[in-house]
Amino acid sequence: MSIRATGVTKRFGDFVALDDVSVEIPTGSLTALLGPSGGGKSTLLRIIAGLEQPDSGRIEIAGEDHTTLPPQRRNVGFVFQHYAAFKHLSVRRNVAFGLEIRKRPKDEVKRRVDELLRLVHLEQFGDRLPSQLSGGQRQRMALARALAVEPKVMLLDEPFGALDAKVRKELRDWLRRLHDEVHVTTVFVTHDQEEAMDVADEIVVINNGVVEQVGPPDELYDRPANDFVMSFLGPVTRLGGKLVRPHDLEVFSEPDTGTVPATVVRLVRLGFEVKVDVVVGDEELWVQLTRGEADRLALGPGSPIHLRALGAVSRPPARAH
Amino acid sequence: MRDGPRRSRLGLRVVALAYLAMLLVLPVGLVFWRTFEHGVGPVLDALGDPSVLHAFKVTGIVAFWTVLLNTVFGVGVAVLLVRHRFPGRRALSAFIDLPLAVSPVVVGLALILAYGKFAPIGGWLEARGIQMIFALPGMVLATVFVSLPLVVREVAPVLEEIGIEQEQAAWTLGAGKVQTFKRITLPSIRWALAYGVVLTLARALGEYGAVAVVSGRLVDKTQTVTLVVEERFQNFDQTTAYAASVALAAVAVVILVVINLLRPDERNR
Repeated sequence: MSIRATGVTKRFGDFVALDDVSVEIPTGSLTALLGPSGGGKSTLLRIIAGLEQPDSGRIEIAGEDHTTLPPQRRNVGFVFQHYAAFKHLSVRRNVAFGLEIRKRPKDEVKRRVDELLRLVHLEQFGDRLPSQLSGGQRQRMALARALAVEPKVMLLDEPFGALDAKVRKELRDWLRRLHDEVHVTTVFVTHDQEEAMDVADEIVVINNGVVEQVGPPDELYDRPANDFVMSFLGPVTRLGGKLVRPHDLEVFSEPDTGTVPATVVRLVRLGFEVKVDVVVGDEELWVQLTRGEADRLALGPGSPIHLRALGAVSRPPARAH
Repeated sequence: MRDGPRRSRLGLRVVALAYLAMLLVLPVGLVFWRTFEHGVGPVLDALGDPSVLHAFKVTGIVAFWTVLLNTVFGVGVAVLLVRHRFPGRRALSAFIDLPLAVSPVVVGLALILAYGKFAPIGGWLEARGIQMIFALPGMVLATVFVSLPLVVREVAPVLEEIGIEQEQAAWTLGAGKVQTFKRITLPSIRWALAYGVVLTLARALGEYGAVAVVSGRLVDKTQTVTLVVEERFQNFDQTTAYAASVALAAVAVVILVVINLLRPDERNR
């Protein structure tokens, strides 16, 4: 179900965490709230869940006003960065918690918990305590627990932030597949642009309490609304004072239309990719080439080359929110 | 060289054990020895004395109410201090520790000033047939006062440590505040709470100073076990004094042993 935040403002003392933020998250989507730490994205998520109250503004879920509803009555699933596992309850009882609160019949609870444990691949771990699980398993348990009550929306606050890189990557893929299976509107907070691009259909970039841009990953990468979004979503370098992606620079051995002369300073080979440091006048920048391209141009320190930014001339204005 | 640390560790142990022996084992052991010097018979006779039995009943009643009030109040204040921010929070926190600093005798006198027959509150209550001072309510009040920090100071750090996320997770799963407290918070703090309760119980059983002042030491009325011990000791009835002491100590030891036996396997979880 859709989520709509309208004109949400939240202050903590003098600090403005959210400044008149409006976002709309469509039904069934998997959306990332992306931005640097302290930018307000977690606060927005907690306001949607009812764990924080906005100073002003409005939250609607499935078209209904939820602004003043307590978290108990919003029926949202919330997953915390540090799992928030109920330490004194077994995995089964953790997952069953919401159903027990709703006083569902015992056999229904059992059936539903079995089903969810299968879904998150924890069938054999039902009788363990959370402390006997790994971080990744705990987070899957937390997801199953949140899904048990069939929430209207799922909200995940830096869900993979406490996990090591390998488990994080696995859980990302798994979350993506899970979302394809259960189709519940899902919003997750992350400061990792790669994670956001990998998992989400839609990204909301939040910085300094305001929404910088909303769109699918490709659109944000190719048509960023401003320099902040551009530099946050991928590598950038500067040519003639303008931000460009290092892989969007064309390298020629002879002058061509619109090229500028440059000199290679050094080459770093990172497997398939070659990072070329160059100077244009007194400006330093870098170019990302494939190994084949670098070899074909026979580049070495001191080589004179000619640079041109790909498509930098006509970047259409992206929609800002 | 390798002997150095080992030797100093050994030395430390000897010092610590000797210190404990002088302070605790020797005097308590002597009380036990003196009590059972002439066998179990005289001890049982002494404990069968109606005044002594009555004193045990009074101590039991005072301890029961103290534990009950202190548990409810202690958990409430700990939640308030840890989970809420309000003006005067630090003052409240400091105030909780006051009973540790103030002598129990002073507490007793202060209570008489506030709740005595001729004091405003005491007079008002007296007019409605409630006698506080020289009666059980005042004794419970005094004991609650001196044991005030025991539950709060056990529970508050644990509440701090477990954090609020488990509770928030329970809210988002539909649990109300009361359900969350019963199903999540209480189980998380249960061992700290049990420990606080045991400390309160031990303190309530052993309290002397404040109770001595507010009870009026009325034999067969407001005399507690500690007051019996003191009274009999002054009157050269040492058998009864020792017997009652040992009984009191035995109850405290049993409680501590039980709680420590229960605790370890929970800790491993």
